[in-house]
Amino acid sequence: MTLCAVESQLASGETARPGQAFFWLVSLLFSSLIWFTTATLIGNKDEPREKYLLIFGVLISVLIQEMFRFAYYKLLKKASEGLKTINPYEKAPSMRLLAYVSGLGFGIMSGVFSFVNTLSDSLGPGTVGIHGDPPQFFLYSAFMTLVITLLHVFWGIVFFDGCEKKKWYTLLVVLLSHLLVSALTLISPHYGLNLVLAYIIMVLMGVWAFFVSGGSCRSLKLCLLCQDKDFLLFNQRAR
Amino acid sequence: MLTFMASDSEEEVCDERTSLMSAESPTPRSCQDGRQGLEDGESAAQWRSQESEEDHEEEDPDRYVCSGVPGRPPGLEEELTLKYGAKHVIMLFVPVTLCMIVVVATIKSVRFYTEKNGQLIYTPFSEDTPSVGQRLLNSVLNTLIMISVIVTMTIFLVVLYKYRCYKFIHGWLIMSSLMLLFLFTYIYLGEVLKTYNVAMDYPTLFLTVWNFGAVGMVCIHWKGPLVLQQAYLIMISALMALVFIKYLPEWSAWVILGAISVYDLVAVLCPKGPLRMLVETAQERNEPIFPALIYSSAMVWTVGMAKLDPSSQGALQLPYDPEMEEDSYDSFGEPSYPDVFEPPLPGYPGEELEEEEERGVKLGLGDFIFYSVLVGKAAATGSGDWNTTLACFVAILIGLCLTLLLLAVFKKALPALPISITFGLIFYFSTDNLVRPFMDTLASHQLYI
Repeated sequence: MTLCAVESQLASGETARPGQAFFWLVSLLFSSLIWFTTATLIGNKDEPREKYLLIFGVLISVLIQEMFRFAYYKLLKKASEGLKTINPYEKAPSMRLLAYVSGLGFGIMSGVFSFVNTLSDSLGPGTVGIHGDPPQFFLYSAFMTLVITLLHVFWGIVFFDGCEKKKWYTLLVVLLSHLLVSALTLISPHYGLNLVLAYIIMVLMGVWAFFVSGGSCRSLKLCLLCQDKDFLLFNQRAR
Repeated sequence: MLTFMASDSEEEVCDERTSLMSAESPTPRSCQDGRQGLEDGESAAQWRSQESEEDHEEEDPDRYVCSGVPGRPPGLEEELTLKYGAKHVIMLFVPVTLCMIVVVATIKSVRFYTEKNGQLIYTPFSEDTPSVGQRLLNSVLNTLIMISVIVTMTIFLVVLYKYRCYKFIHGWLIMSSLMLLFLFTYIYLGEVLKTYNVAMDYPTLFLTVWNFGAVGMVCIHWKGPLVLQQAYLIMISALMALVFIKYLPEWSAWVILGAISVYDLVAVLCPKGPLRMLVETAQERNEPIFPALIYSSAMVWTVGMAKLDPSSQGALQLPYDPEMEEDSYDSFGEPSYPDVFEPPLPGYPGEELEEEEERGVKLGLGDFIFYSVLVGKAAATGSGDWNTTLACFVAILIGLCLTLLLLAVFKKALPALPISITFGLIFYFSTDNLVRPFMDTLASHQLYI
């Protein structure tokens, strides 16, 4: 009974988002724990070592995030099944909706954590780039955060769909693209290249997610031309 | 809740409640109306839109009745329980979030609340000691004193309640809300004006504080629109939390938070715990527990109700601690009935049962206060780091989710503090010490994970 209750709460879309945000937070906690212990064990703090340690930390973090995404998927799956056994007539929230919401939760949490300190610093006095660093630091951070958030949403949709249809290569692709995006940020002084590549990846993932959630060229056309019966604007025009 | 909406005169309904609710009339479609009647303005709108969809699916008029009512099929009960869980989680997220936002915004902008200007008499030991051991000892001693004051106050309150000294209790509550609404608001307003360097003359100040306080007293202790009452309760919780954040020394605050959750667990779950006794006495007498001091997200009026049945106390009742409302300085009481419970289902026969509906959720003000103290302290002392504050915020919300879930499962008074505060403390310390260096290093190299 308790388990069913847990599951139903998670299965209802409303609590899925903070649930996933919490999972992201826990994944971040584990990855920083690993990074911290490794750093303490290794000991000395010379520059290249610190950089390698950081790269290691980033990779571990990406891995753990994807693991937690999978864990959340499993939890949601159990929840929907539990709900279905309790009440077979009730329409449970669809897995696609849950995928979107959970991706959003992940994305929001990740974006906020990356960006909020930068934001609060930007309110204070100072000149950006006075020591020779690029002056577009804030813009770059903002765009990067945006792309990461959107990417998490698309990754969530694609990931859950891959799990549902047992297409395991999908999970691998998501993991690799996440690693790619994070690795790209390592070449950080080259803002332009970094951002453009990240946006390209985002557009590709977005298109993939669109087709995976059941969209098609035809439905896109209907939507854009306001001829889609299910879409809001259609009802407006009919009046 | 619907019971007394139906029995009472319509005009009172129109005056006191939000316009959305007063528009509902108790028609024979009991379940639909009741459901609408019992929720607050925002969710009532949702129910309205869902009503048409749900019309065809509901054969069972008692579908949303509180589970446990005799005569209902067990599957239905489970389902109702689960429905309760998810919905009420959302209804509580908003006020808790608002309270925390107010506290964090104030802490981050108004310097007054982070300056050390002395301590409460309940925490006499200072933390300005040279050694770590001494500081720890002092904070533990402070905690012991504070907790014993709280326990004493709670027991005093329970004794008063048991011996039906209602006038005394009401007088006490009124005095403390007077103090909160007038004195603390005046101080708060003064500090905010100072921070933003806005000049305000005394007549305007007097008028503002007078209006604010008077309307607050009326809303909280008598009648007023639900939304306004909720807003005032959130504000006084925030003010109280700010006082705690200012006057509790650092380490003492963390130890007190931990100790309060343990106390809460004990007081609510042990058979002889004071909070449990309070709740049970209130249930035996079929009275709501000081409705003025619990945050409820649905109507809790008892006006005109000749005979209250326990069903009117709300499905998920989270009794608070009235003492919390009581002033912080002299009669600080126990932090919260952070209890969450569902009253035993009405043994009342007949039609009243049919009209039971999903009620709102109630959460004690003490819970609001301690959640906000945790998040506020994280904001004040977390090295100016927003990540810590956010992590604590998410942890508390998830703890609240889990607590509500347990409430839906166990259907009795449950403490709302332990799980949330535990998560909050774990996340505060781990984020501050582990995650912050990691994220800072990442940010300085502009890496994104």
